[in-house]
Amino acid sequence: MLVKQLSVFMENRPGRLYKLTHALGKEGIDFVTLSIADTKDFGIVRFIARDNEKAYEILKKEGFTVGITELIGVEVADKPNALAEVVSLMEESQINIEYLYSFVLTNHNTAKILMRVNDTDRALTILQNKGIKLLSEKIL
Amino acid sequence: MFSPETETLSRKKIQELQLERLKYIVRYAYENVAMYKERFDAIGLKPEHIRSLKDIEKIPYTTKDDLRDNYPFKLFAVPMKKIIRIHASSGTTGKPITCGYTRQDLDNWSTCIARVLAMAGATDEDIFHVAFGYGLFTGGFGLHYGIEKLGATVVPVSSGNTERQIMLLKDFGATALIATPSYAMYLAETAKKMGVLGDLRLRLACVGAEASTAEMHESLRNILGVFPTENYGLTEVGGPGVAGECREKAGMHINEDMFYPEIADIEHNKVLGEGEKGELLLTTLTKEGMPILRYRTKDITSLTYEPCKCGRTLARMARVVGRTDDMLIIRGVNVFPSQIESVLMGMPELGKTYEIIVDRVNYMDTIEVRVEVGDTGLLDDYGKLEALVAKIKHNLRVVVQLDVKVKLVEPFSIKRAEGKVKRVTDLRKK
Repeated sequence: MLVKQLSVFMENRPGRLYKLTHALGKEGIDFVTLSIADTKDFGIVRFIARDNEKAYEILKKEGFTVGITELIGVEVADKPNALAEVVSLMEESQINIEYLYSFVLTNHNTAKILMRVNDTDRALTILQNKGIKLLSEKIL
Repeated sequence: MFSPETETLSRKKIQELQLERLKYIVRYAYENVAMYKERFDAIGLKPEHIRSLKDIEKIPYTTKDDLRDNYPFKLFAVPMKKIIRIHASSGTTGKPITCGYTRQDLDNWSTCIARVLAMAGATDEDIFHVAFGYGLFTGGFGLHYGIEKLGATVVPVSSGNTERQIMLLKDFGATALIATPSYAMYLAETAKKMGVLGDLRLRLACVGAEASTAEMHESLRNILGVFPTENYGLTEVGGPGVAGECREKAGMHINEDMFYPEIADIEHNKVLGEGEKGELLLTTLTKEGMPILRYRTKDITSLTYEPCKCGRTLARMARVVGRTDDMLIIRGVNVFPSQIESVLMGMPELGKTYEIIVDRVNYMDTIEVRVEVGDTGLLDDYGKLEALVAKIKHNLRVVVQLDVKVKLVEPFSIKRAEGKVKRVTDLRKK
């Protein structure tokens, strides 16, 4: 029911993101998602690859610090207010969203939302009870 | 024990032996080395004035500058014909420091090292992988002949090409590693990265040539699965083999029949007592090639004469806490890099490599510590990384009493040294 995401520690200086993307690109690893937040000194690059396990092995070998996090993924219609509905469910139940990002795949009329919350089990139950479609790694 | 008789002499017997040798070496230096004759004559000191060990305090110190001024061979006490080996320090600041050895010196040196290795728990069945550089550096050849004297097997790999070193460690089944502590850590990290840690048979790591901390030893024990011991020496008095840790790890046993140690408060020109912390002075008691009296090592330590649980009675010196010349003065506060290291090595979330950068911005000293992140569990969210930075800052503040800027960097982004490691960059000196 959960989606695996890789997180890589990265210093905020030129060339670092290239090193990461190139290491994976030359091995034929395709990104599904990628997200970076900016801070002054360092960042965490979060992404999902088509082949997460292979990506993990490659980055380990290249000397990156890589962690694996499990996220909740939901699929909603690609229309106004869809994200707000999901967020409001979390809010009503006092579940805090640590971070969230969304993406739309081509040829789909749905949007995917990935989020990390402070109470994954409870969030899953609430979403399931409301009949919201959950993503697993395969659906991506 | 390699020399059980000497290593278990009663304090009284050790002192008798030292006094006899001290009287001899003082006269020998006076009669054969021009610098010592001039020094003694200048203050009216004669070799016969040395009648007790305490009388050593009448002799002026020998400093690194004295060795430089007499470069390369002016402190040799014998004709070149008698010198069969020369070594030199790396000489990071200008001319190197040289040391000449007679055949007897080399034999004594090997004995000292064989003792130190036996203290670490080595036997003639061990296979030693020597990752010290072979050349003018005293480490490579020094350990080499000591290992042979012990009767163990030497693999003289020398320094460089880390991945090949790991292949050899694995293929030759080395059981003991000779390296600087930082290079031993680097080998461990690389072996881990290569996924061959499980194939290594190492059981001992005898580290030296640079200071290490208890936390570093703990890391070596955890990663490499070795029993780490530290040994001590310096080119000026002949190289490694001055002292070494035994399995009790309760200080380094000094080969007191060959070296006479004192702890001094240089500023007040005073010799300190047992347990007091100060600069280590060493007098070579048996060296023929280049006798040295009261050499200022710049290393800060303390001595204890309590017999050790291992059965040895040789005095022990505490792990070197710093050097008088690498002490940093930051905004008036004395900081030893070793203090910073002990904080960082004590935090499992961090990698084992770090650097310290000191600078002056707007007339104000700044100190920044860059350390590699080690724990992937921290990558969940920024909060954890920020909390880690705050924790490092707090821990450093407790130990060094200063606000230290902390920067987390990527693993393997700090340059690894294959010889002596340079952890501190002081940009204020520019």
